[in-house]
Amino acid sequence: METAKKTGMTIGSRDELKAYAAKVRAEMAAQKKRVLVCTGPGCLANGAEKILDAFRSHSIEAVGATRTGCHGFCEVGPLVRIEPDDVVYVRVKPEDVAEIVEETLRKGKVVERLVYRDPDTGRTYPKESDIPFYASQTKVALSNCGAINPDDIGEYIARDGYQALARAVLDLSPDEAIEEVLESGLRGRGGGGFPTGRKWMFARQAKGDQKYVVCNADEGDPGAFMDRCIMEGDPHSVLEGLAIAASAIGADRGYIYVRAEYPLAVARMKNAVKQAKECGLLGANIFGSDFSFDVTIKEGAGAFVCGEETALLASIEGKRGMPRPRPPFPANEGLFGKPTIINNVETLATVPAIIRRGPAWFRAIGAESSPGTKTFAVTGQVANTGLVEVPMGATLRDVVFKIGGGVIGGKKFKAAQIGGPSGGCLPEELLDTPLDYDSLKKAGAMVGSGGLVILDEGTCMVEVARFFMHFTQRESCGKCVPCREGTKRMLEIMEKIVAGRATLEDLDTLEQIAWVVKESSLCALGKTAPNPVLTTLKYFRDEYLAHIVDKKCPAGVCTAFKSYVIHPELCKGCGKCRRTCPAEAITGETKHPHVIDAAKCLKCGACVEACAFGAISLE
Amino acid sequence: MTPVEVAQRKFERVNEIIEEHGREQSALIPILQEVQAEYRYLPEEILTYIATAMGLSVATVFGVATFYAQFSLEPKGKYVVRVCDGTACHVRHSMPVYNAIRSKLGLKDGKYTTPDMMFTVETVACLGACGVAPAMVINGEVYGKMTPEAACMIIDTLLNRDGDN
Amino acid sequence: MSVQQKVIVDGLSVPIEGERNLLELVRKAGVDLPTFCYHSELSVYGACRMCVVEIDKMGIVASCTVQPQPGMVVHTNTEKLRTIRRTILELLLANHDRECTTCDKNGACKLQELAKRFGVADVRFGEEDLDMPLDRSTPALVRDPNKCILCGDCVRVCGEVQKIGVLDFSHRGSEAMVGPAFGKQLADVDCVQCGQCASVCPTGAITIHSDIDRVWKAIHDPKIKVVAQVAPAIRVALGEEFGHEPGWAEPGKVVAALKRIGVDMVFDTCFTADLTVVEETAEFLERLVSGSRERLPQFTSCCPAWVKYVEQYHPEYLPNLSSCKSPQQMFGAVARRFLSRELGVEPESLFVVSVMPCTAKKFEAARKEFAVDGRPDVDAVLTTQELARMIRETGIEFDKLPIAPFDLPLGVSTGAGMIFGNSGGVAEAVLRAAAELLAPEKKSGMPQTQLVFEEVRGLEGVKEATVNVAGNEVRMAVVSSLGAAAEVLRRIESGEAVYDIVEVMSCPGGCIGGAGQPSPSHLEVRRKRTEALYDVDTMQMLRRSHDNPYIKALYDRYLGDVGGETAHSSLHTSYGTRRRIAGEDIRFSAEEVDGRLSVGVCVGTCCYLHGSYDLLRGLMDRVNREGLTDKVDLHATFCFEKCEHSPNIEIGGNIRSNVTSEEIDKIFEEEILARLVE
Repeated sequence: METAKKTGMTIGSRDELKAYAAKVRAEMAAQKKRVLVCTGPGCLANGAEKILDAFRSHSIEAVGATRTGCHGFCEVGPLVRIEPDDVVYVRVKPEDVAEIVEETLRKGKVVERLVYRDPDTGRTYPKESDIPFYASQTKVALSNCGAINPDDIGEYIARDGYQALARAVLDLSPDEAIEEVLESGLRGRGGGGFPTGRKWMFARQAKGDQKYVVCNADEGDPGAFMDRCIMEGDPHSVLEGLAIAASAIGADRGYIYVRAEYPLAVARMKNAVKQAKECGLLGANIFGSDFSFDVTIKEGAGAFVCGEETALLASIEGKRGMPRPRPPFPANEGLFGKPTIINNVETLATVPAIIRRGPAWFRAIGAESSPGTKTFAVTGQVANTGLVEVPMGATLRDVVFKIGGGVIGGKKFKAAQIGGPSGGCLPEELLDTPLDYDSLKKAGAMVGSGGLVILDEGTCMVEVARFFMHFTQRESCGKCVPCREGTKRMLEIMEKIVAGRATLEDLDTLEQIAWVVKESSLCALGKTAPNPVLTTLKYFRDEYLAHIVDKKCPAGVCTAFKSYVIHPELCKGCGKCRRTCPAEAITGETKHPHVIDAAKCLKCGACVEACAFGAISLE
Repeated sequence: MTPVEVAQRKFERVNEIIEEHGREQSALIPILQEVQAEYRYLPEEILTYIATAMGLSVATVFGVATFYAQFSLEPKGKYVVRVCDGTACHVRHSMPVYNAIRSKLGLKDGKYTTPDMMFTVETVACLGACGVAPAMVINGEVYGKMTPEAACMIIDTLLNRDGDN
Repeated sequence: MSVQQKVIVDGLSVPIEGERNLLELVRKAGVDLPTFCYHSELSVYGACRMCVVEIDKMGIVASCTVQPQPGMVVHTNTEKLRTIRRTILELLLANHDRECTTCDKNGACKLQELAKRFGVADVRFGEEDLDMPLDRSTPALVRDPNKCILCGDCVRVCGEVQKIGVLDFSHRGSEAMVGPAFGKQLADVDCVQCGQCASVCPTGAITIHSDIDRVWKAIHDPKIKVVAQVAPAIRVALGEEFGHEPGWAEPGKVVAALKRIGVDMVFDTCFTADLTVVEETAEFLERLVSGSRERLPQFTSCCPAWVKYVEQYHPEYLPNLSSCKSPQQMFGAVARRFLSRELGVEPESLFVVSVMPCTAKKFEAARKEFAVDGRPDVDAVLTTQELARMIRETGIEFDKLPIAPFDLPLGVSTGAGMIFGNSGGVAEAVLRAAAELLAPEKKSGMPQTQLVFEEVRGLEGVKEATVNVAGNEVRMAVVSSLGAAAEVLRRIESGEAVYDIVEVMSCPGGCIGGAGQPSPSHLEVRRKRTEALYDVDTMQMLRRSHDNPYIKALYDRYLGDVGGETAHSSLHTSYGTRRRIAGEDIRFSAEEVDGRLSVGVCVGTCCYLHGSYDLLRGLMDRVNREGLTDKVDLHATFCFEKCEHSPNIEIGGNIRSNVTSEEIDKIFEEEILARLVE
């Protein structure tokens, strides 16, 4: 990681903040061009650092090359954007850099071959804002992601950073700050959708000499990476949001609990805390007020359940991450028994914009009951994998087709899995469902943290449900009986179904246990664990019946319904497979084609590996 | 350094780590994380020592160490290969990648580490690199858009690298 | 006047009267909501989900986690709730060893009871992997992980009440388990064997290690004379096993039952409790009047779990423990040494059985300090529950038994010996004796010295009192539960509290709440047993141990003077430090090389706190500098059981104690280098 740029100054008042913002803006304006290399998780894995190095090896006057957080359009990464032209290059390789330097940076021309080309229309889009993937998005939480160097607090400040904190600390009373958040209608982006302002109000009203604010950055939903991208791309927005929350409830200590699987996010957040401390935006008497605030980064240790707030608190306390019953709610008895609020990364990253621009601005975006925007990680069998932010209430269809570009390879859309292991699978007929808390809940899914996995016609929905059951079963903390034992038995039945061994009675049992787990589990992990099974049962019941009654996997995915076959035209009769087969399922005379007895076959695949002629396959 | 000195140094590190973090229970997880970074796993006697030094019940420390997936009470290989089996990777066929690596390294039922302590192969529930699914990470380095063949080539590279030593 | 606040439970209006949660309120309303994990004396865990209720506008919630609110409308029996409860039971049973007929808990198992109550007729899932080994490593307890339902009751009682935390959860999800660290056996960890875990366990996952068969064998052997002693707490609890209310007390029935099952002679542990009082009071007065506070406060040592606790956790207080054996072991010593003579039998042909409310007494009886030439003074310890089982096995109808007196000479006791079963009883017995012994007009009989010391009575975890004993101020604390003991020790250590005598019982309420007592053994039950013992005391003619004529006779005939040589050798003992956990050392070399000089530095708690890590560093430094890593096997180890002299290091098998970092260079040169030169 780059060493943090030292601001070399302390910001002790709003005037100093403004003066510093002006200074950085002036410095940036002096650069004729800025090269923004995306180092989001996708681009990083595709070699973004090498591209950045390549740019830096060319020293061009008045051009700054910098790494940024995720630009969102992971599918076509590594991405390079040139400002102020708004030109974006896709699938850039280090060897392309010289040409970009020569043509774009020196001559101001666009390198056509590196520009995004719509695979359907063939149209090219040199400017990022014109690309359909970006055109339908509204960025609030992600507004700085991809636009600034996350390791430089100056760039954040230049984009009005920490002005919301200044306003919250200097202009607003804690109650006024909470009132603004309440009025904005902001609801928790981590899953439940509880009104953020209400949470703050409870914690403010709770009695206690010591209070805490905690940022839940334990983004465990498989298929979700928006919190990771926010922390990696715009860490100061999270810090600023957390500081505003702290000043509103009267806390002087904050924790950010980051998933251990995100080492870069941890490093960026730590660096951001360090920089904020250096210039006095964290620490004692912020902006010369009597508000003091310090932040500690805590790394998780690999437990999905720690995304549940009481489990997360237990983990910070150094205990097994097991949820406890609520009440008492953390707002009254939280971390170390003290009043505590826990907000998710995206929620906190949204807060500064609300305080800066006012609740009315925020309410004007999104749906009536769910104002604002929501980020989604669009993945799976979708043309444009990436990170997107849309107004709440945008339809699933908009996200999948307008932004996501539809299903990859021209296949047919089958379902969208939304909300991760707690969410559900929505079929084609629900494509017009608005993406907001209440509509999704009605459909049996949930916003969750915003993972949106697109599944095409080649996907077996029963297998997908089994996959999620496997996940939740493995991640159950084991405390309450319904979740610990129930998910285990549900998984057993799901495994029986995909193996073609289940009966209709098993299906009844599955539905009954699913209901009990949902109704009686202790925490949200258990209460939502059956959702993937329940929604697939609701919308794709015929697939279950096909596995159970017809002993078929309609999507042709489940291997149990396939068998190994020796193709006589390719078999030389060498006998190697016969000798390898542990079940003695293969017979045949030497130099004559062999056959597999399907009844004896264990489907271990040893024969396939043994065959030197490629004569055996699974069909 | 001789192996004895290395072992001594590791133990000294354990003590430094405890000193740095303090002895409150809230420091336990960071301490275990850093100690695991030293030993590549959490040896029983070191866990007992940590409990002693922090004034915690050994059963409590054991309970925490076995709760979190990150901690291992068994030694891990020099290379820890973690194949992402998050949803995005799963639907883009991560399991064949995982199975190919296991089969290449001859890992069978219930075994995750090769006998020569070179490789540990595991799955991980989402690395957050869904954009390049299926993904895997080897000692912190992320590899995207994996196929069984590509994964095996990477393993080969690592095998050769160590063979040259 | 404020309007009474009420909750509607199944249509009935139930007033809110400070209940801590809805579960307690519903139970007050006469509905026995099922639960595995709720215990009024432990923290709310909320995991078994059996106590779910439906509340209007709230839905289905676990009642143990909800505060009663005025106007709540609660339903406890709906179709949904039935489905949930039955499914939970089925799920638990599916993962449970269902060999009920051979289970120790058969008939007393909560899982069995609820499965029957809810009519679980079918378990739709197969059993699996239920072949985890049993832990029979201790004489007190048996752990069968195949029967554990992970309710966490044992974990919480061990962690919250006893504050030891020997048991905890490990692993996660469906692999979660409860047990000692690293899957070790109880004998290899710091379990004090108080058995409170077994007492709260709803299933057969932790049970009492039965000695019934050994006792039957002795009874049925004509060459053996079986003598039994009965602890005070048995007489107020055994009736519960036969349908009587807690506190129903009829010692004569206990004696009669033992006689009927074939015990030759039945004596009273209260007799040796009196003996303990005599010896312990003398010891206390000696320490008190010596003027030095060196061995004050004096701690009682009747409770074997407490003694083991001190040995493991607070060796610095070992000198403060009374050196008196417990009443059980005094009985064992007296029976083996003197009763045999009285009866004219060979000491070895006596089989001494104790009937105790306690599991740790089994551990105590097996301690090597209490054996002569390998033969323990007490051969077998039966708990109240085991005695009840033996009575049932014989088919004797308990209620029809006549009343029989204890045998002589060890069967007569005073009220002071009886109240030993209550928390505060030992202290009060000693106070009665001290009051008498210190009274200026001793022997005159008038005025009557004080008999009842209300200050030390009650079921609180810590009772403090400054008692005026014949003009002397005695500062005392009476403690029950090891968690409370730890706090008292902390306060003594910090100087916040100063005491002359401290009574500690490991079980809440004292021995009447012991883990061998009938189940349930909750606060209300314990209160009744306690009251019953005080009632028994009130009815005694003699209430001061010194007044026991048979005690006087015992001294006259065999023991000589109180605290004298014979008394000392028979009735006193000493205790030592004890390692907490068995395990590997921390080694700094991969393989064992023969011929290296072993140098071990203890990094166990006491040594660690006394700076042993610095010693280790110092030795490492020297060994490395002198290039001796292949000649010296330097390692860190856990406990040489010499904690009172910490820090300790071991060089070639010899232990050096109280080592300071200043002398480490000298030790290295004189004891390590010099030896290597040899």
